[in-house]
Amino acid sequence: MEMRILGRLTAADALPLYSWVAIGGAVVTILGFLAIIGTITWLGKWRYVWTEWLTSLDHKRIGILYVMLALVMLLRGFVDAIMMRAQQAFALNSGGYLPPEHFDQIFSSHGTIMVFFMAMPFLTGLINIIVPQQIGARDVAFPFMNSVSLWLTAAGAGLVLISLVVGRFSTAGWTGYPPYSGAGYNPGVGVDYWIWAIQVSGIGSTLSGINFIVTILKRRAPGMKLMRMPLFCWTTLASSILMVFAFPALTVTTALLALDRIFDMHFFTNTDGGNLMNYINLFWIWGHPEVYILILPAFGIYSGVVSTFAAKRLFGYKSLVYATMAIALLSFTVWLHHFFTMGASAGVNAFFGVATMVIAVPTGVKVFDWLMTLFRGRITFHPSMLWTLGFIVTFTIGGMTGVLLALPPADYLMHNSTFLVAHFHNMLIPGALFGYLAGYMYWFPKAFGFTLDERWGKRAFWCWISGFYLAFMPLYMLGFMGMARRMERYDVAAWQPPLVIAALGAAVILAGIACLVIQLIASIRTRERRRDLTGDPWDGRTLEWLTASPPAPYNFAVLPQVRDIDALHEMKRRGAVYERPERYEDILLPRNTGAGVLIGGFAFVFGFSAVWHIWWAAAAALLALLAAAAARSFCDRTEFRLSASEIQQIEERRLRQLAGEEAL
Amino acid sequence: MDGCTPIRAPILHPAGPVALAERDLLFTAVFIMLVVLIPVFVMTFLFAWRYRASGGKGRYTPNWFYSGKIDALIWLVPAAIVVILACLLWSETHRLDPYRQLNAGTRPLEVEAVAQDWKWLFIYPEHGIASVNELAFPAGRPLSLKITSDTVMNSFFIPALGGQIYAMAGMQTRLNLLADRSGCFRGRNMQYSGDGFPDQHFAARALSAEAFEDWVAKARKSPERLDATSYRALAAPSRDHPVSYYSGVAPRLFDSIIAKYAGQHPE
Ligand code: HEM
Ligand SMILES: [Cu+2]
Repeated sequence: MEMRILGRLTAADALPLYSWVAIGGAVVTILGFLAIIGTITWLGKWRYVWTEWLTSLDHKRIGILYVMLALVMLLRGFVDAIMMRAQQAFALNSGGYLPPEHFDQIFSSHGTIMVFFMAMPFLTGLINIIVPQQIGARDVAFPFMNSVSLWLTAAGAGLVLISLVVGRFSTAGWTGYPPYSGAGYNPGVGVDYWIWAIQVSGIGSTLSGINFIVTILKRRAPGMKLMRMPLFCWTTLASSILMVFAFPALTVTTALLALDRIFDMHFFTNTDGGNLMNYINLFWIWGHPEVYILILPAFGIYSGVVSTFAAKRLFGYKSLVYATMAIALLSFTVWLHHFFTMGASAGVNAFFGVATMVIAVPTGVKVFDWLMTLFRGRITFHPSMLWTLGFIVTFTIGGMTGVLLALPPADYLMHNSTFLVAHFHNMLIPGALFGYLAGYMYWFPKAFGFTLDERWGKRAFWCWISGFYLAFMPLYMLGFMGMARRMERYDVAAWQPPLVIAALGAAVILAGIACLVIQLIASIRTRERRRDLTGDPWDGRTLEWLTASPPAPYNFAVLPQVRDIDALHEMKRRGAVYERPERYEDILLPRNTGAGVLIGGFAFVFGFSAVWHIWWAAAAALLALLAAAAARSFCDRTEFRLSASEIQQIEERRLRQLAGEEAL
Repeated sequence: MDGCTPIRAPILHPAGPVALAERDLLFTAVFIMLVVLIPVFVMTFLFAWRYRASGGKGRYTPNWFYSGKIDALIWLVPAAIVVILACLLWSETHRLDPYRQLNAGTRPLEVEAVAQDWKWLFIYPEHGIASVNELAFPAGRPLSLKITSDTVMNSFFIPALGGQIYAMAGMQTRLNLLADRSGCFRGRNMQYSGDGFPDQHFAARALSAEAFEDWVAKARKSPERLDATSYRALAAPSRDHPVSYYSGVAPRLFDSIIAKYAGQHPE
């Protein structure tokens, strides 16, 4: 084999000349990138962006960057979705406007982006901003590792984005089942982009999981017993435990697939002793817990929102905690329901079917606990509350269709159909995304110091929820009509009307996304009117509302004393909030560092080079990455001291502000 | 292409006892779950209305946050429903095991199905014939399928007759179906397998006994025979493959398709 300096990268292979639409996508991606770079340059803000944000180890800033990444990827993932909806609306007895080669990339990138680069960063971002504040901590346990996680995730997202410009993305779906994803059937770079994007970001997620577990176990304020933690902290703990145990399975599985592809090994090939069933089995050992990784944090957000906007303590706190942990545990016992149709014996299928249904019990308990919190409450319909109510109703429907799929004989009928697509969107959109959006609107003032416009928030909600029903209910029906998922075209005329309705639904969701954008812009414009001077705009009950909005870098000048589940509410009742402490002490805070960005950058170069088999560059990037990590570990000056007098200044200003508020 | 007028919603209007039982299980489960679903819907709307801060009629009790009775109820009712569903699940999963031979008083018709890029080959060992993209069989007589793949993983599915099962290279899965009336149904691969996947469907024809004999006779008249060479030509990727017949099939062809993946590279 001839060795080439750029591996298998050639201009002919690299450019997306196979479809006009792909060329358009590449151009938009490049322009978007240039627009960001250009704006920062034009505003002359590079130094600010670098020193205050990119290199920051402050958990709140890292969290904000995560959420920004998630929102950008939500847009990209949604563009994919609406393109598929448009294709299927037209593709009766015709090729539509997308060639199969391109359509197949789009469903693969949509699924991959939504799961790994929208949902994961969104929840990780919200956890980062809020959990340390909710447990009364000054930062996460490992601030530097936090930054590494962020930049590894961003590197993975970068690999997916650049695949649209240089080369192509996988056509093997977000699940990448071999042997289709093997080198024999799929020799190009697409599957490699998929593999390295999730390798790189998957390591970031594992590190995040470790970080959050240690933070929650070790950094709680005095009196914050485990059984006093807000539900969001519990669901974060559960979700993080799942990340730590599940993600390595994905990392190993995709690494084995990479070995098959690069070194002609035979873990999952059709021949030479390989077996695709091993892949499917291993993939879902990660894959099922993953859906709970996505959904549990949203459950935590709903719990906080329900209690705050019903102005009432959460009903059945203990039940909710036990239900959360039960779900986390059980989520490792059900993975086989993703392949009931593989030919396992009736006993095996029945066992995993029953195990799956058992999860419905703690989930049902949670729903009723939220409802009982509303009962005899005093409900204000903040947009976050609307997302929550919409979630309760819609998610229950998704739960029901999930139990249907847990019945193996019913799954034999519905597996791989659009019914399944409808089901998992019915879980993930209300169950995860609505929760993140509720959290975004609820905690936005905490992160930025001003509230978001509620009218546009409500409009966004109504568009999303009605768009959701329009876009996905027809897919249940199409499942009954025998339509398979992942179809680029079809020849059954009866499928077209429901597909057109589904496309209209996607258009309504697009309006919902427009409302979100308008809400953000309008709120930034009117921010002076909507300042949150108290740090507690919703009469909150948990500790994150005790800090200023946005919080000082150290969150709490003096660590709070916790006496109750609704810690802040209890302090308010005692009249013990915003007290002036006797004295302030110096606080050590993590010093900013560019090492995280550097490590992420090297990971990106490594991934890109591995995709294109530019082995010298991959080796160099890997060495550089390890060297950067090693060099950082020799660095002694990782913290700086904020003196008591500086803290006093900041806190006095806040106390004056609060007093001024009260005087008004 | 396959000349069938497919049933609009084959899963709601099945044409055989297996699919019917699977559908009924689905409906039964929906009904049982309504016991939880309806209260959730009613409570959500009712509570949101009654306890709204802007003039709701409901009482406000901010310090009421626990009741042992309600807690017990919300654990036990879902648990009871799951127990009922689990019993149903256990018996139905065994009864509807796709590997179980169906008993309709007659000997089942054995057919061997091979998934290829992007078509289906059906071999009739009893008759020594084969067909591509058309599966004919007598209505009222159980159909016993052996299934494998000569390419990536596929999933064999005739929605009107019963659930699907994967087709995997080097392995054999089984599916037992029965049509209780004659008709022409749509069958397809449900597992995405590349560019030709959308067109990878076939006609499943449940025929009267005489019509089936005629069909066999028609296949027997085909000039084509399926041996190692013609099989290789057929197995090469192709889209929209027309329905075609083979009047003869090399002995144990199906087993050799499976066997070639055991051990070495196939050529
Ligand atoms: C915002 C509205 C959304 C729309 C309109 C939408 C639409 C679609 C469509 C049309 C497909 C392809 C269905 C098929 O294979 O026939 C799809 C697949 C998928 N979607 Fe979405 N989606 C949306 C949001 C989401 C979200 C929020 C997530 C996850 C958090 C998600 C995860 C997935 C996954 C995992 C797949 C499967 C991809 C595959 O087949 O490999 N989607 N979606
Ligand atoms: Cu699952």
